[in-house]
Amino acid sequence: MFKEILKYRDLLFMLTLRDIRVRYKQAAMGFIWAIFMPIMAVMAGVIVKKAISIVSDKPMDLAGVVSISVKVLPWTFFINAIKFSVQSLVGNKSLVTKIYFPREVLTFSCILASLFDFLIACITLSVFLAFMHIGVSVYLFLVPVVIIFLILFTTGLGLILSSANLFFRDVKYVVEIILMFGIFFTPVFFDASMFGKWETFVLLNPIGSILESVNAVVVLHKMPDIFWFCYAGISSILFFMLGIKIFHKSEPLFAENI
Amino acid sequence: MNIIEFTNVWKKFRKGEKLNSLRDAIPNFFHNLKAKNGFSGTLKNNMDFWALKNVSFEVKKGDVLGIIGPNGAGKSTILKLLSGIMSPTKGNMEINGRLSALIEVTAGFHDELTGRENVYLNGTILGMSKKEIDNKFNDIVEFSGLSEFIDTPVKRYSSGMHARLGFSVAAHMNPDILLVDEVLAVGDMAFQAKCTKKMRELLNSGATIILVSHNLFLIQNMCKRVALLNKGEIIKVGVPEEVIPYYQNIVYKKEEEELKKKLASSEPIYEVKINAESSVKILKVLIYDGKYKHKENFNVGESISLTIDYEAKEKIDNPVFSLDIIRADGLLCCSSNTKDENLSMPAIEGKGSIGIDLRQINLAPGIYLTNVSIWDKDMIHQYAVRKKDILRIENNRINNLPRAVFLPFISWKIKFES
Repeated sequence: MFKEILKYRDLLFMLTLRDIRVRYKQAAMGFIWAIFMPIMAVMAGVIVKKAISIVSDKPMDLAGVVSISVKVLPWTFFINAIKFSVQSLVGNKSLVTKIYFPREVLTFSCILASLFDFLIACITLSVFLAFMHIGVSVYLFLVPVVIIFLILFTTGLGLILSSANLFFRDVKYVVEIILMFGIFFTPVFFDASMFGKWETFVLLNPIGSILESVNAVVVLHKMPDIFWFCYAGISSILFFMLGIKIFHKSEPLFAENI
Repeated sequence: MNIIEFTNVWKKFRKGEKLNSLRDAIPNFFHNLKAKNGFSGTLKNNMDFWALKNVSFEVKKGDVLGIIGPNGAGKSTILKLLSGIMSPTKGNMEINGRLSALIEVTAGFHDELTGRENVYLNGTILGMSKKEIDNKFNDIVEFSGLSEFIDTPVKRYSSGMHARLGFSVAAHMNPDILLVDEVLAVGDMAFQAKCTKKMRELLNSGATIILVSHNLFLIQNMCKRVALLNKGEIIKVGVPEEVIPYYQNIVYKKEEEELKKKLASSEPIYEVKINAESSVKILKVLIYDGKYKHKENFNVGESISLTIDYEAKEKIDNPVFSLDIIRADGLLCCSSNTKDENLSMPAIEGKGSIGIDLRQINLAPGIYLTNVSIWDKDMIHQYAVRKKDILRIENNRINNLPRAVFLPFISWKIKFES
């Protein structure tokens, strides 16, 4: 299968380019689009943080704001990529019913196009971090590893959901609702440690442990919790493989059921 | 070596509505759990239908295979299986070589992108590499004749421009196997001529082509072999001269059935009762061949004659008998009556019969309807009409495909001026 995708790598590139182009052509705001949602999310996070600091009568620390903005980016990438890839097969109905190529390419291109937005937001964020004098450490070398985990997990889930949405059209709505409230179940505005003995439940969500690892590496300049780091890695790889398997199994049925 | 091999391929589709939302699927699942007595199983079987039944054929390298058949025969299903969009329910297929399809050539277009961007996008969707498109880009644009508009978003293109650009991209692939489905009807005549030329070029370069078309003229010209498909089964495979007449007969038979159904269901329209107490009735019309043998199916060039049995309740002076032959699509092919033929009829009374000899009328193959009527001597008042007898001319040789009405025996002579 991977050999076939390699054969169609130009197609993957062109489809990704198409998705990016169409998005930036249609949106008058252009590149602002990529950082608009993260900025909104950070602002929401700051308000939540402020409310907590008033209730608990502790002053709001700047490190908290920084860690929100660092965690918001992978989170928005995850949300956008999933939302986008759920539609990837159904939205390209004419291609799926009429022309042959490996269908994974459609979902992959959605993930890659979202990754492009993520990259732009990351560049903006690193300027912000430099401005805030967050500093660097040797642990930054772990950032690419964590991002690979994030991409693998997102791709696996995207593959499963896009094929599920092909067979059951309302999967899209279920996913939208889960994503809308997902931010309350994921340590984006909070730290997992704030949940005390419930911390384990928050981190069982692979996105939760990924975000905690990012925070540890970028903001706190320390080694992430080794157990949850490994958990994030293993679960991401498993999810990716599961996604590939499910997608591949159901692929022959796509054209008839779409 | 066989480049394509289809062995006993079956393909099943499901009729009716599918459960395509969780909202319906989840209650249905629990419902089925409750009622485990196999009732739903039998219901499902009725919904299945076989689009292809045990289809086998092979195509050799460099061959051009035409696939013909009436609507719903399974032609497009074969192409979809070949291109890999669907997989067969049962059976095996083997394809050796790079395959590309001239089907739905604009499916990959995105409205917001320019022509240039779409050429790349569509090219890669069809399986070309970016480098390949880079090399052929100028040829593609030139072929389409759209170089002026290549940087315009395709949403501003007319539908003809859309199709031309799509076809140009698809035509510039160099496949080993090319699937073509009714796409040559794109653009104006000049563009169509270009397309046919391109197909010939591909043919000469040794490509294998599978052509699905209702254009029998094209099939006859391009194909070395033709497969006739009907209701999911291959009926005949052979040279066009052999298979095309066979196909036309199927079409005529279908036409005849439809006509008969129509005649049976709407009797009053065809057998007009002029007035309830008509004094003359046409009892029956019989069609004979040259040896006075009654039959309905004739070959081109056979002698045909008719008899009309009538019954007159009262005496009618100098009636006029008239016969029209009408093709199934409503074209009046010939018309004759006793008055114009200067046959003065004696007065008729009681039962009688009259004969018409059409001799070798040389009607082209097809379905015809006879319209027999009886008039008064001035052809003002019509006593009786009968328009329900079918005459079928069968096809036994390939003929000029644009539908001519008659196929007279014409001889051509060559004369040289010295």
